[in-house]
Amino acid sequence: MKHLEEADLVLYRYGEPCDRAAIEHHLAECEACQASFAALQRVLAAVEAAPVPERHEAYGSTVWHRIQGRLHPARPDALDWAGWLRPRRWMLGGAMVALLVAAFLAGRYWPSRPAPPIAENPAEVRERVLLVAVGDHLERSQFVLLEFLNAPPQDMVDISAEQKRADDLVAASRLYRQTAAAAGEAGVAAVLEDLERVLLEIARSPSTLSARDWEELRRRIEAQGILFQVRVVGSQVRERASRPAATQAQS
Amino acid sequence: MEWMEDDAAAVAQTLAGDRDAFRVLVERHSRSIFRLAYRMTGNEQDAEEVVQETFLRAYRRLNKFESRANFGTWLYRIGVNTAIDYRRAHQRHLEGRKPLSAEGEEVLLALPAADPALDRTVFSSEVQRHVEKALAALSPGERAAFVLRHFEGMSIERIGRTLGLRSSAAKNSVFRAVRKLRRALEPLVSSVR
Repeated sequence: MKHLEEADLVLYRYGEPCDRAAIEHHLAECEACQASFAALQRVLAAVEAAPVPERHEAYGSTVWHRIQGRLHPARPDALDWAGWLRPRRWMLGGAMVALLVAAFLAGRYWPSRPAPPIAENPAEVRERVLLVAVGDHLERSQFVLLEFLNAPPQDMVDISAEQKRADDLVAASRLYRQTAAAAGEAGVAAVLEDLERVLLEIARSPSTLSARDWEELRRRIEAQGILFQVRVVGSQVRERASRPAATQAQS
Repeated sequence: MEWMEDDAAAVAQTLAGDRDAFRVLVERHSRSIFRLAYRMTGNEQDAEEVVQETFLRAYRRLNKFESRANFGTWLYRIGVNTAIDYRRAHQRHLEGRKPLSAEGEEVLLALPAADPALDRTVFSSEVQRHVEKALAALSPGERAAFVLRHFEGMSIERIGRTLGLRSSAAKNSVFRAVRKLRRALEPLVSSVR
């Protein structure tokens, strides 16, 4: 006798289109398939029993209060874009990035010599410096992406301001990616690589786009889910950076 | 704020510039999106992130919503894709970290099946832990297809439409998910017949 396949049992269990009469007939006669179906039912029942935490009646209101300030992230009172655009500010930011990366790499590759004992392990300090710097970089990148994705729809969209900011962030992103890869932070490096690609795409597009082209570019960026990845990894990185050294070592 | 009869009216009002109209939609759909997000992520904090991101995405794309469509279904689809993105981002981040210690794992499977002193409460929480672990081992796509089929009762055809897959691909995702869950959980649940 040819036994039922697992796929048949799954379709039957979920009431999906299948030859129900033939399956029922077989199940009535075949003990092996009965046992297999019973095992499937037990597994699915165990999965079913996993509880979902309840949310109170006013949960929707809580969510609203959490997100309402982010529905217009580019409000003038929320972000000082003019400040970020000042060349001196960018030069200072670039210099800080270079210093941080240089400090990290120097600490990692410079020949070591005896040093007085310090409270924290130097490797942990280096990791923390990297995490803080990457967290800041991801936050700045998130602002640029939000500004781009939330641009108001027009016939022609001028993205030159976002392009300039994206272009400034590309080099930093590359440096952080290489540093993160060297430090064994493959997950962070992968997200930075995706971010770099998106920032490059924005930076290399024409500075004025038709509504259609802009929508197409926006759709491509959204499809990659980069904004979400940046937000998730950014919050994880910041959380790790703020954790006490001993806790970090254990995780 | 004036009470709105249905979601379509709230969408239209939001698109007309009344940002507070969006609040009605958030308040009406947050709990169902949370349940979905929790099933997809298996973690309360992650589910909260997914809920917020789902509404932010919906707000950004509201002009794409067709008034004849069902807002709840449209939002659900955004929620599913947001949860998939979240799990992918989370996995990529974790892949770069050191693996956690396996100490303490598989203790349950070593328990004697017919031990009369077996504490049912402890066992139940252990089963739950293993279920969570087995669900977490599914790929984001498999988990999405399984959650939609098993918990949300969606047909495979509709799952395909929600995830942007052919029906055959959605069906295979459900099959793979069930096979992995059976492999992980069958030895465990068989011991408490």
